[in-house]
This record gives sequence, C-alpha cells and structure tokens, in this order.
Amino acid sequence: MTTTTPPNAVPAGTAVPLSPATGRLSPVDVLRSEWTKLRSVRSTVWSLAALAVATVGLGAIITAVSNNRWRTFTLVERLSFDPTSRSLRGVFLAQLAIGVLGILVITSEYGTGMIRATLTAVPRRPLVLAAKTAVFGAVALVVSEVVTFAAFFVGQSLLKSPVPHATLGQPGVARAVVGSGIYLAVLGLFALGIGSLIRHTAGAISIFVGALLILPLILNAFPASVQQTLSKFLPLTVLQAMISTQPRPDTFAPWTGLGLMAIYAAVVLVAAGVLFVRRDA
Amino acid sequence: MIEARGLTKRYGTTVAVDDLSFEVRPGQVTGFLGPNGSGKSTTMRMIMGLDHPSAGSVTVNGRRYGDLPRPLREVGALLEAKAIHPGRSAYNHLWCLAQTNGIPRSRVDAVLELVGLADVARRRAGAFSLGMGQRLGMAAALLGDPGVLLFDEPVNGLDPEGIRWVRNLLKGLAAEGRTVFVSSHLMSEMALTADHLVVIGRGRLIADLPVQEFIAQSSRQYVRARSPEPARLAELLRSAGATVVAETDGSLTVTGLAMADVGEVAARNQVVLHELSPQAGSLEDAFMELTNDSVEYRGDVTTDAAAAARHAPVGALTTDPLSDLAR
Repeated sequence: MTTTTPPNAVPAGTAVPLSPATGRLSPVDVLRSEWTKLRSVRSTVWSLAALAVATVGLGAIITAVSNNRWRTFTLVERLSFDPTSRSLRGVFLAQLAIGVLGILVITSEYGTGMIRATLTAVPRRPLVLAAKTAVFGAVALVVSEVVTFAAFFVGQSLLKSPVPHATLGQPGVARAVVGSGIYLAVLGLFALGIGSLIRHTAGAISIFVGALLILPLILNAFPASVQQTLSKFLPLTVLQAMISTQPRPDTFAPWTGLGLMAIYAAVVLVAAGVLFVRRDA
Repeated sequence: MIEARGLTKRYGTTVAVDDLSFEVRPGQVTGFLGPNGSGKSTTMRMIMGLDHPSAGSVTVNGRRYGDLPRPLREVGALLEAKAIHPGRSAYNHLWCLAQTNGIPRSRVDAVLELVGLADVARRRAGAFSLGMGQRLGMAAALLGDPGVLLFDEPVNGLDPEGIRWVRNLLKGLAAEGRTVFVSSHLMSEMALTADHLVVIGRGRLIADLPVQEFIAQSSRQYVRARSPEPARLAELLRSAGATVVAETDGSLTVTGLAMADVGEVAARNQVVLHELSPQAGSLEDAFMELTNDSVEYRGDVTTDAAAAARHAPVGALTTDPLSDLAR
C-alpha cells in the first residue's frame, strides 16, 4: 500500500481558483458525466465482452453443429431449416449479459454509496435517471447491433454447401438481425428499470432472471389454452419470433412483439423514475 | 450559510429529527454534536437534498439544495467515507462529478494535489486505505471550490496524523471565510476544531452556542492537589469545609474550596504541596450533563426502562478512547 504524505498547508480555494459559477445544470453535462461513469468501470467492459462472446461464440457453435449434422437431418428438418435463426441463437444467452449490465449501471451506485455523490452533484433526479437511461441505451444498442451482425456473418460463413445459408437481402433476414439487436437494447433498459426499483444487485438480477426464465416454467403448469394465450407476452417468445425469418403461428409479429417489450421497459422505467424522485437516497 | 427551520424527519412512528432550527454561519467551524443515533447524519442528508424532510425546511445560501443552479459550486460535502465506486479510479471519480457542474479538468488535478492523492489518481479507489478514501471524499467536497462545506464524522477511523490533517483543513477553510459544518460524536474532537456548537440529542436541539461558553457553562470546576502527605492534607481540607476525593494516582480532587484557600490551609499546617491546579470537568461530562438534562426535561411520561434506553447512547461516549485528549 502506498502511503501519501498529507500536505500541511491547506489553501483549499487558492490552489486553482475557479472562474465564477455560471449557468445551470445542463442535460448535456449530465450525459457526459454518465458516459464517463459507464466507461470507467470494469464491469462495463466485462459485461459487454460476455455479450459478444455469448452472441457470436454460441451462435458460431450452434451453426457449426448444424452444418456438420446436416446429413442426419430429416426432410422436414431440412425444409424448415432457418440459417438466420440458427446463427442468432446466442442472443438467448446474451440476454443475461445485457440485463446484468443494465442492472449494475444503477445498483452499483447504491451498493457503493456513489448514488449520494451523484445526487449531490445533480439534485435534479429525473435528469440523472434520464441521462443514465439514454447513455446506457445508446451503448447497449450500438454494441448489440455490432454483435448480432457479427454473429450473423460468422454463422453464415460456417454453413457449407449443400447446407443453405442466408444473405441480408433475403426476406426477413435483415429484420431478424437488426431486430435482435434492438431487442437486446430494450431488454437492457427493462433491466435498468428493475435495478432502479430494487436498488440491490442480487435482488434485481433475481427478479430479472425470474421474469425472463422462470415465468415460462410457471406458465407450463397452466392448461394449454392459457399457455398459448399468455406465452405470447413473454420476452423469450418475442425473441423467438424476432430471430426467425418465417412467421410463427403462436407468437406476435416480430415488430409487434418488440413494441410490447418497449412498453414493458417504459412502464418499469416510469415507475422507477417516480420512486427515484420520491425515495430518500 | 445554512438555515434549518423546524426541520423534522419521521420514519414511521420513530422521530429521527424533531423540530430542529439552527443557523450555521460563515467564517467559523460549527460543530454538530450529538451521541450516535441522535439524528446528525439524517439532518445532513436533508441539508443535501438526499432525504426529504417530513416537516420544516432547510436552505443553503437561501435556497433549497435542489434549487441551486450549480450545487457543487456552492456546497461540498463529505457525507460518508464510502460514496465512491471501488472500481473507478480516483481521477475518474472526481472527473464524472466535475463534468456535471461545469468544472474543468485542471481543478480535478488541483484538488487531487491538495489532498495528496496526485500520485495514485489513476489507481482504483477500491485499493485505497481508509485514510486515502477519506482524502478522496475531501477532494470531492472541495471540487467546486464551494463556500459551504459539510463533513459527517470526517475523522472516523483515521490515524492521528490523518486526524490532525482534517482538523487543520477544516480550520483553514473556515479562516478563508467559508461556512464549515462538521458533525461528530466526539466532544474532544469538537473542542479542538469547532468555534461554535450545535448540540442535539434524540433529534432535538439541546444547545447552540460558542464552544468556550459551552464548556464554561456546563462543566464543574474543581481543584487538584498533590502532596507527599495526601491523607493529612485531605483531613485538613475536610475540616476547612471542602469535599475531597482521593484519586487512584495519589492526587486529591477538591471541591467547595477556592484554590487560594487550599494553598492557605496547606501553608498554615506546613504540608508540602507538589501540585495545586484548577481543573475543569471533561467535555464528555459537560456533554452528558446537557443530554441528561434534555432527557429529564422530556421525561414526564417515561418509565424507568424508557429512561434507561434514552441514556444508553450517551453512555457509549465514556468508552471514547480520545476523551483524555480533551482534559
């Protein structure tokens, strides 16, 4: 441990005189600050790396396996084979990475006490949450698009004739790739909202994983008719529809599903915003 | 300038801060004193807009904290040592705060230099020692060169060198004409640092007065005498009307007789004196006397158990290892 010698004289203000304060807190300044926060902690790098590995890596493995097992596929399997969907399977795993990062963006501030420094610097709380949401949303969207496109191209390159592969120009393919990236970003915002409501990392991750993975299991216990009606509303079902180039009978249309996800995220974020303003920090 | 008016904070049926009104003026260190759990931190959080008052209001420079146009340029606070993400470097911690209030990078470097952390500025704050973390908190408080500064228990956990550093810093800031409000449960620390005291107990205001006045008003005066013949001297003093207690270190604590009279008695009886000195009761005594008064004042509906419970946090002060410094 390095020890530092404390300076004895304390001319606090005279060291570097600041020019007189002008202006007010501005959204641009708060956005810049949130960007600094996001890129200056390791958890961001690790979560985004996990996101990339899950999406691209898992997609590549699943596609390569399909390529190698093509000879054993039945005719029905061959006819329904969707190379785009195969290469985007990794997005299912990537959901966890983007969710954890979205949660950490806010819960790490509570866990470390940083939230008090943040709100002391910017007491206008709606501005803080809005800036956090905007910066994280933008980063999540850019990174998600990059990794879904990468997963698609890597996956297709692994499919060798006679196995069919997809190109972006084919119907539904570009929608599936772009849409999966947007889905991940929206899911991340949903997670950020959960994090802001719960304020504890472990609790928020539990609820997020519960909504994502446990809800479908609970639904399995219900009669088939109820399952069919309700399972459309699950995030996993929305994602299944999104990565497919073919329409699926038991899901909403891809963009409708994404709209539903956006509503979930918006509801959670608005609730989080209301509580963020009302609660003691 | 900080002004609290009828400030109240309730958590359910518990009243943490009870109708508190006081002013903190510039140019001096104002100590905010009270036993643990008396509502100091809650009050400070309400000043900083972190907690919402249940009733009453508090303003800084005439405005609610949330209405300050550039808060860090007017108010700096060290509320807890741990308001820092351990994964972020000291520099980035300060820089993300600075950005929100239009504070340039040069100022971040300057405050890091000021608190002596310039060499470790790029290191993760999680690797910092307690003292270094406290310095980083200080740097954050000073970031906007504010005229009003709040420090919540700033010497907690620091080594003697760190304590002296904080003490000098607080005095230096006040000498520059700033408003300095510092909380502590240590009477001794306040005696060395503060010019003025706001004392609370159970969330209520007990005293608001200069430190010297507080000590003079509340402490018992007595005389200490040392002699090679303590037993004989004690006997003589008692017959002269004094109350004498023999201390374990061989000295005599004398009350009820002026110091000059003690000397006269000794001289008349040819008792050798090795020491004769005026003593003031410890600040802890004064503090406990005050808080006990407040408990009795409010004690009209209390049972014995409740009264005992109320005394408990005050009693914790007697274990303060630094209390001897104040004597």
